[in-house]
Amino acid sequence: MSEILYEAPKTLEAAVALLAGAGGQARVLAGGTDLLIQMRAGRVVPGLLVDIKGIVEMTTIVAENGGFRFGAAASCMELVEHQAFAREWPGVTDAVKLIGSVQVKGRATVGGNLCNASPAADSVPALIAAGAVARIVGPGGTREARVEDIPAGPGRTTLADGEIVVSLFLPPRPARSGDAYLRFTPRTEMDIAVVGAGVNLTLDETGVCTHARVSLGAVAERALLVPEAAAALIGSKVDEGALGRLAAAASAACRPIADKRGTREFRVEVAGVLARRAAGIALDRARRKG
Amino acid sequence: MDTKVIKPEAEGRGDRTLKIVGTSPVRPDGVPKVTGLARYGADYALPGMLWGAILRSPHAHARIRSIDSSKASALPGVKAVITSADFPEQKYEFVGPERVAINFWHMTRNVMAREKVLYEGHALAAVAATSKIIAEAALRLIEVDYEVLPHVIDVDEAMQPGAPLLFEDMITRGIDPPPNEASNIAKRIEFSIGDLDAGFAAADEIVEMNFKTAPVHQGYIEPHACLARFDNKGQGEIWAASQGHFVVRAFTARLLDMNIGDVLVHPAEIGGGFGGKTVIYVEPLAAALSRKSGHPVKIMMSREDVFKATGPTSGASMTVRIGVKRDGKLVAADGVFKFQAGAFPGSPVMNATMCGFAPYNIPNVRSVGYDVVCNRPKSAAYRAPGSPISAYAVESVMDAVAAKIGMDPLQFRLVNACRTGTPTVWGPKHAHDGCAETLKALLAHPAYAAPLGRNQGRGVASGFWFNNGGESSATVHVNEDGTVVVATGSMDIGGSRASMAIMAAETLGIEYEDVRAIVADTASIGYTHVTGGSRVTYATGIAVVEACRKVITELCARAAMIWSVEKDQVSWEDGSARRAGAGKHEPLSLKAIAAKRALTGGPIGAEASVNAGGAAPGFASELCDVEVDTETGSVKILRFVVAQDVGRAIHRSYVEGQMEGGAVQGIGWALNEAYVYDDAGHLLNAGFLDYRIPVASDLPMIETVLVEVPNPNHPFGAKGAGEVNIVPVMAAVANAINNAIGRRMTELPMSPPKVLAAIHTAPGK
Repeated sequence: MSEILYEAPKTLEAAVALLAGAGGQARVLAGGTDLLIQMRAGRVVPGLLVDIKGIVEMTTIVAENGGFRFGAAASCMELVEHQAFAREWPGVTDAVKLIGSVQVKGRATVGGNLCNASPAADSVPALIAAGAVARIVGPGGTREARVEDIPAGPGRTTLADGEIVVSLFLPPRPARSGDAYLRFTPRTEMDIAVVGAGVNLTLDETGVCTHARVSLGAVAERALLVPEAAAALIGSKVDEGALGRLAAAASAACRPIADKRGTREFRVEVAGVLARRAAGIALDRARRKG
Repeated sequence: MDTKVIKPEAEGRGDRTLKIVGTSPVRPDGVPKVTGLARYGADYALPGMLWGAILRSPHAHARIRSIDSSKASALPGVKAVITSADFPEQKYEFVGPERVAINFWHMTRNVMAREKVLYEGHALAAVAATSKIIAEAALRLIEVDYEVLPHVIDVDEAMQPGAPLLFEDMITRGIDPPPNEASNIAKRIEFSIGDLDAGFAAADEIVEMNFKTAPVHQGYIEPHACLARFDNKGQGEIWAASQGHFVVRAFTARLLDMNIGDVLVHPAEIGGGFGGKTVIYVEPLAAALSRKSGHPVKIMMSREDVFKATGPTSGASMTVRIGVKRDGKLVAADGVFKFQAGAFPGSPVMNATMCGFAPYNIPNVRSVGYDVVCNRPKSAAYRAPGSPISAYAVESVMDAVAAKIGMDPLQFRLVNACRTGTPTVWGPKHAHDGCAETLKALLAHPAYAAPLGRNQGRGVASGFWFNNGGESSATVHVNEDGTVVVATGSMDIGGSRASMAIMAAETLGIEYEDVRAIVADTASIGYTHVTGGSRVTYATGIAVVEACRKVITELCARAAMIWSVEKDQVSWEDGSARRAGAGKHEPLSLKAIAAKRALTGGPIGAEASVNAGGAAPGFASELCDVEVDTETGSVKILRFVVAQDVGRAIHRSYVEGQMEGGAVQGIGWALNEAYVYDDAGHLLNAGFLDYRIPVASDLPMIETVLVEVPNPNHPFGAKGAGEVNIVPVMAAVANAINNAIGRRMTELPMSPPKVLAAIHTAPGK
């Protein structure tokens, strides 16, 4: 019978040391809503579980330089119930709300959603659209990386051995900014995205879009940042024409697989539809913040 | 809750006013279930208990060249390993009524593969060990030499000449003379009345369409689980959740070559069955492991096991053609229904051929069915088995026919609705009304006239289900404080403890709260058939009322003794013995008589065992409003109304729950549920995440209309209420989608990619 060790370090340094000393046999345990299921199914057999929920900077949500920094191991429920955060980033909040049930969200974390590296993770396209930056600690020290640069493919990240995502920083927002995330699932909840689309945009005083980021989930091996789709909005008043170009650019960026959750054609088509609809919601939100 | 009750006929039977029947008293199973006290199959344990684990086939179709379990047996902690060699061979014969015929040669191979594995997940060995982890480790040590064979999943492909054969010597039954060649077609059946060609020749309009449906799982929340133990005299005991512990007993005894009397089965609380727990999987394996090891053995399936190895209902490929006169009278109907049986014969195709056209009076009908094996788990009963599948095809064509002749779809059905005396395709005439009454109830419902918005549509459909009677037993015992215990052999999956208590209290004239209803084990009560076929409220209800009447006779005799009068001087009214005529004696209540039982002759109780005939069928007519997202193909159910003839509701809210549940299961079947296989025949979605039964937020509040056309053969008029509600659902949803977007969806599930693809095609005629 194989043995699994469990450690719950109180500091980042201790966590990094544990991970670095495990010779690749360690797994980080945050909420466990993915990891425990994978272990039960025999898909991963770790020798060491490093529970990071006792590390303060990984579990707190704080205002920082006009933006927000939240610990990668803060629970999804803590995040969606943070009213100031939800006012500023309704799209990210919507995405986090879609992860599992209330009970699952009580355990699950955004850092886990990111590092599990499912192409269908709901919070990831919303974070990418928001321009979120991850703080990463590892044996080589601390570094920062944009969220879109962390997932590498299904179940794979660009994190080096022993590295942990500590926190995520969402930058300060200009006036007239709004974000939105939509996903398509056959069921209304308790489901996995067949397509996800996150849009974040900023308008000037005349209603012209000056800044936009668009990200798509579940249409490639990882969540995609789609600059061509954002370019369709920038400089426009986000009118029907611009939205149409956005949808076309979003569909064009897809390189999905066909699987049990949806066909290739369906994903390509619906990605454009959702990007357009998400942009419409982000636009409304930006206008209300005028 | 918005519930309507429609009583087309004058109040029931005689002048008697019912006090409890038709109300919704607190259900006796509710508090134990929500507080965690109810004991399900997985909740039982015994000292010295071992854990059983089952080795399942990784292949869809393979010959088993050899199984070497020596390494598994040698693993410390392993106490027994079994394979098919531990089960006696069974005779190849079909036994029982054709509609539900059983072949033990097939059954023993389904619980434990012999020559071949026939689907991914097919059990072929089992281990009992001192822990779950050891048992699972032992499974990995069993070496199986497989010869992997080509497989076939789809029913049309399985019927093709040259298809991989599951049974190399199976000759189709029901064809005279029998074919020379073996095939995957286990059986052909045909029913017909009238002259089909003449009927179609007389038709003004004819519509013919082809349909495909996916197999769907019953989706019960509780995976199969049981605990078994043997004593040193070879007598065994089993604790299991099932829809019929007497059937578990009979099947297990047969597969283990034991006397029925040497097996005792305790009914565990059941977490859903919907037909899927009328058969056995883990029970004979746990019993065989226990017999071999000398320890109690517990086996629990995982959800993955449930999806890979327990019965869904069949998928089907169907063609239906209907001919009609311009005035709306049906003149001819023809249906060909090809059903996937799964790995062993026994799909519900016969039901499908019988039920499909049953709601209507059609003079010329032919209904043909094929039972076809393929490399999937063996199908098992699922809520009105077979009927919803053929109804999807028939009711879709009915909708198209109504549109073609410009008739309102409910009026069209009403014009053709069957009544008492209408012939059925299988011979006997309908003996009960109810069909037309459900249609009238929907026509009168405000939902039918409510306005619809953009991309919204409305569909209707009707359905038929036989309902059943059969063998049931009940005992009624009067306690010394005047409370009453009612025991039956019917597993309670839909509220039978509540309905039995209601019927007993009503008959005896006492309070509902003074009756305790229980489910007795196989050694404590007479034979009782499965809780299935919507038979329990009817047949077991008759047994309970009969036992209560015997008790009343005894109570009157005791009162006569107390009063020193002749028995015929005493009658039972309103819960008390009364002396005819004279006002000399105060009435004696049940409680007063019970208090004197020892002085008047001892314990008061009675048993009744019946084989109830005279069950009346169920009819349902249903309405569905949908809204289609034309950019994603997503279908939202806006409104759903079920009008069902229930004869008479005994426990009203339980009956409503049955109707709501049937509608919800049908909505899942219609929109999302399907098995996804890869090219090697592996099931890719063996879990509730990707096998999408509806969640609460997918659904509107289901509206129920209880139509009550009493069945005169039941003391309170009850008809089975559990099943027919699912029959019309998929057609109602499909017809609503067609109404919304002008596209006839002829393949289930009507999932977003399929609906979106249909939107991209030209609109239908």
